[in-house]
Amino acid sequence: MLTPTIHEKLTQKFENAILPLKELPPGSHSDPFIAVNSSKLHSVLKYLKEDSDLLFDNLICISGVDYPDRIEVVYHLFSYKHLHKVVIKSLLSDKTKPVLESTCDLWKAANWLEREVFDIMGVHFNNHPDLRRILLPEDWEGHPLRKDYKTQEFWHGIKVGM
Amino acid sequence: MTSPLEDILSQNVLITTVDKVANWARESALWPFTFGLACCAIEMMAVGSPRYDLDRFGAGVFRATPRQADLMIVAGTVTLKMAECIKRLYDQMAEPRYVISMGSCATHGGPYWQYGYHVLKGVDRVIPVDIYTPGCPPRPEALIEGILKLQEKIRTA
Repeated sequence: MLTPTIHEKLTQKFENAILPLKELPPGSHSDPFIAVNSSKLHSVLKYLKEDSDLLFDNLICISGVDYPDRIEVVYHLFSYKHLHKVVIKSLLSDKTKPVLESTCDLWKAANWLEREVFDIMGVHFNNHPDLRRILLPEDWEGHPLRKDYKTQEFWHGIKVGM
Repeated sequence: MTSPLEDILSQNVLITTVDKVANWARESALWPFTFGLACCAIEMMAVGSPRYDLDRFGAGVFRATPRQADLMIVAGTVTLKMAECIKRLYDQMAEPRYVISMGSCATHGGPYWQYGYHVLKGVDRVIPVDIYTPGCPPRPEALIEGILKLQEKIRTA
């Protein structure tokens, strides 16, 4: 099933929570994506996983993107049953404390992926079983892939910067 | 005119200092510590292989514990998390101990020198370094050169 069809199916079920499909410019190499209202994201992903026509049983990746006015969290899903994939984006306008619902109950793979997005981008996931930093030291300050990130001067008495 | 005793001794006794003998022993049996952090470790392994044969210099006995090693070759990128471990391992080594900083990363952060928030900008910020080997990664010949320079340093200490 291709993205426009999936988008249509989702819009019928969730109505306003699904944002209109964005036309990609001709010759664009990017994947088409479906933007979802962050408050309804969990139920949309649950539907994508459990509906018999969709059956997205495989979470490929969760990524975070920092834009000047928002933070985006991108979910790449794949179905081993139907061999189709889809890209789901969620826009978070509150940059001071972006919050999403955890998808660990749907895919076990989400656990570490969400921890990484939390560690690097500072997105908080509600109901995550173990939301700790995964790569950086536990007492690290800040989230390094934010555009406004400033490295701390010292860590455990070791000079960090140049 | 020399005495007969002096004649015999001059042919059979070498006179030197204790320091010289000790330094000769140290430089001739530098046991490195098995300590690879990144791609430089691959070159370090190549140096230990028969083609480059580190045993020629008495430095081919890689030990898996700091307590039996004389030389720590910091081979690779030192992350801040690893820096604490390096400090602890260095402290566990018995003296006299030597450190070679192998490659750009260990020396000054390498390609991570500007934006690598997680990389230590030079291992000399946590432990004293004797020899810096440049390269990314250094060729096996370069590491051998570094070890020879270290031996020279020990010899002339």
